[in-house]
Amino acid sequence: MDAQTVTKIAFLSRLKIDDDKIENTKDEFTKILRWVDLLKEVNTDGVEPLVSVNQNNIAMRKDEVTEGNQSQAVLANAPMKEYGYFAVPKVVE
Amino acid sequence: MTDLTKLTIAQARAGLDKKEFTARELTQAYIDNMQAKRNLNAYVCETPEQALAQAEVAQAAINKGEVKDLTGIPLGIKDLFCTKGIATTACSNIIRNFVPPYESTVTQKLLDAGSVFLGKLNLDEFAMGSSTETSCFGPTINPWSKDVPLTPGGSSGGSAAAVAADMCIAATGTDTGGSIRQPASLCGVTGIKPTYGRCSRYGIIAFASSLDQAGPIAKTVEDCAIMLKNMAGYDAKDSTSENKEVPDFTKFLNGNVKGMKIGIPQEYRVDGLNEEVAKYWDKAATMLKDMGAEIVDISLPHSKYALATYYIIMPAETSSNLARYDGLRYGVRVDGNTLDEMYINSRTKGFGAEVKRRIMMGTYVLSAGYYDAYFIKAQKVRRLIRNDFIEAFKKCDVILTPTTTGAAFAIGDKTMHENPINMWLNDLFTVAISLAGLPAMSLPIGLNSQGLPLGMQIIGQPFDEGRVFEAASALEKQVGFRGGK
Repeated sequence: MDAQTVTKIAFLSRLKIDDDKIENTKDEFTKILRWVDLLKEVNTDGVEPLVSVNQNNIAMRKDEVTEGNQSQAVLANAPMKEYGYFAVPKVVE
Repeated sequence: MTDLTKLTIAQARAGLDKKEFTARELTQAYIDNMQAKRNLNAYVCETPEQALAQAEVAQAAINKGEVKDLTGIPLGIKDLFCTKGIATTACSNIIRNFVPPYESTVTQKLLDAGSVFLGKLNLDEFAMGSSTETSCFGPTINPWSKDVPLTPGGSSGGSAAAVAADMCIAATGTDTGGSIRQPASLCGVTGIKPTYGRCSRYGIIAFASSLDQAGPIAKTVEDCAIMLKNMAGYDAKDSTSENKEVPDFTKFLNGNVKGMKIGIPQEYRVDGLNEEVAKYWDKAATMLKDMGAEIVDISLPHSKYALATYYIIMPAETSSNLARYDGLRYGVRVDGNTLDEMYINSRTKGFGAEVKRRIMMGTYVLSAGYYDAYFIKAQKVRRLIRNDFIEAFKKCDVILTPTTTGAAFAIGDKTMHENPINMWLNDLFTVAISLAGLPAMSLPIGLNSQGLPLGMQIIGQPFDEGRVFEAASALEKQVGFRGGK
């Protein structure tokens, strides 16, 4: 992993890493990746990835409103709201 | 009068029903203890008024003879469970002021069973840690500490410490890679992570959704059975909760292990395994054998890959789950000139170091070019790990291992902090079980030479918690260790 990758991953994670911490982060991640590289020695030819340990397939539910009209509750914890909506910085010029 | 805070759930139930004391007296005793032991930092939010009001309701029910399993029983709740109208923080600055407008299914079930909630318990930030040190409220102190403050383990460290220090009769915990079992072990109490799908995850702040499970931490195997019975069950609000009948786990406590086959996995006898841990492991096997169980050597050949597998799958799920903290709908918001800047500023300020590390790790293993090499590869190894258990259970009924590689360590321990992998090694004996979705219980086995508790882990087949309780209750009787400090 290089410094450029660290910056890219930080952005994809929507996190900021201070410039003086990038080197450290790079070293730490390199160490961790080297550690998980242990898995490369496992033969997984023909093995189906295990996505879920559930015994039954997850049941589909009907697409319908179950607890509607809760906008007050939904907005209750919003750090910024206006006119009954979440408010965000301007995204359209 | 006896010290009410030393009672088990079963004993308190009997005392309440025989009117030896009132629900109010019982709750007040715990409130007093909770407040007297604030130095342990087990609770991050105390709700004594609510608790006393719930105790009054419970007493009225008792007076009318309408008693349920937990009527009037004072519990502590890990601060990862949403509690309606009461701040639920996951011990993260990013949602430090979050007040849920709804109740988690598990806590609702406990309320419906008549219990009293004393407050919310400390944990590692978003349950990511093995020591409670990553909590934004600071670490919990293990009540077994002597000269130096020790960690209670984590992430359910507040829960385990509170139970051990008699600050609640029992507590809820959650376990993703060992977060119920490891702290229970380090605090000398009992805890069970049930089968994945046994308890609803609805209203539990999500961390790694294919692994997260709720479970109890309590003083005895019996109390865990009472708690789990009242936490488990299908819930339409969690599509991964399984529609299975919940047995009355208290029917599995007769301690009869005659003919039961107990598997001992050779791979868990790792190089350099702590001698005292190894000795207790042998002792536990001998105890079960002396009671008529059959000891069977088994092999779990992919054990050594479990931690690396976990540290790919878990961060991947973390990175997806924690994408929701965007400074928009709840939690910390730090302004920025653009929407992206606002996201970045809010998340950078709100999350702690370990959480950021895991989000970035997860983002990396899910990113284009690495997805197959890391994430898919780990999911394949996960299947091999689960297959190991399926094979092993053809030869045995339950599996016995130590819960942890050692006893409680000091807060701020240098080795644990100089390299994050050292802290992650705490989960060595617990993660494989999580990856396979199996039920597993930790119960105290004895003290080490420093007088600190060690735990044994009993692992069962999916939805066979009953036999886990059977084996655990047998071992508990022989060990004679009174849960708690």
